[in-house]
Amino acid sequence: MVSPINKNVGRRGVLKTAGLGFLAAAGGSMLATSASATPETAAKALAKMTGGAAMTEGKVKLELPQIAENGRTVPLKVTVDSPMTDDNYVKHIHIVAEGNPTPEMISFNLTPGAGKAELSTRVRLGKTQNIVAAAVMSDGSVFTAKEQVKVTIGGCGG
Amino acid sequence: MSKKPRIKVPKKAAKGEIVQIKTLISHNMETGTRKDKSGKLIPRNIINKFTCTLNGKEVLSANLYPSVAANPYFAFHVRATESGTFEFTWTDDEGKEIKASNEMTVA
Repeated sequence: MVSPINKNVGRRGVLKTAGLGFLAAAGGSMLATSASATPETAAKALAKMTGGAAMTEGKVKLELPQIAENGRTVPLKVTVDSPMTDDNYVKHIHIVAEGNPTPEMISFNLTPGAGKAELSTRVRLGKTQNIVAAAVMSDGSVFTAKEQVKVTIGGCGG
Repeated sequence: MSKKPRIKVPKKAAKGEIVQIKTLISHNMETGTRKDKSGKLIPRNIINKFTCTLNGKEVLSANLYPSVAANPYFAFHVRATESGTFEFTWTDDEGKEIKASNEMTVA
């Protein structure tokens, strides 16, 4: 009469070990692919993109949803306060992510012909993280803005 | 991927007006971090460059990285100074170029 219980325990034991094995395997593969950007590597990437110029906060407005339910496609809008004339315009807008597999997201190269430094696109976000935008002006000065997005489901594959 | 890009450019604009242009292209923007069923990494293939020219002169370009979502969408602005043809070019990692053009009349 004891044997059914024993059988049950045995079955559970098997499941448990199998489950642990699976978790370990999953954990291993997660570690292998989770080499992602950090605030430091993102800052480094941004410094490289902007040519290492000193950055000042301001002039740049970064618009992203506060909470992104799906990281696969997150609307992003960046606006830079600039008259966009021939001698005073935004040359580049670089955007980096602090928690994606690669820190660089996108770089826009503008000309005075753009008339208005306002750009929209859609990006992927792997997890909750900060997005940093830096605008390089025609006189060489660099302005930045930072925005945090909470991500419910990551969008970087895996 | 062979689907035609969708572009919105106003047909007419007043001189000096700032007009908005929107583009959308079908591309799965493979990041290079995804694995297929057998566990092999799927090689990266993204659109890495987008350019927009007006009468051959560059107005705006963008360098794209894997963090740009699939089917890249852009909305940007152009100051209407002269009538002419906008040319849009998307280049992917395989070197494939997708081109489209639109006319705009400035009065």
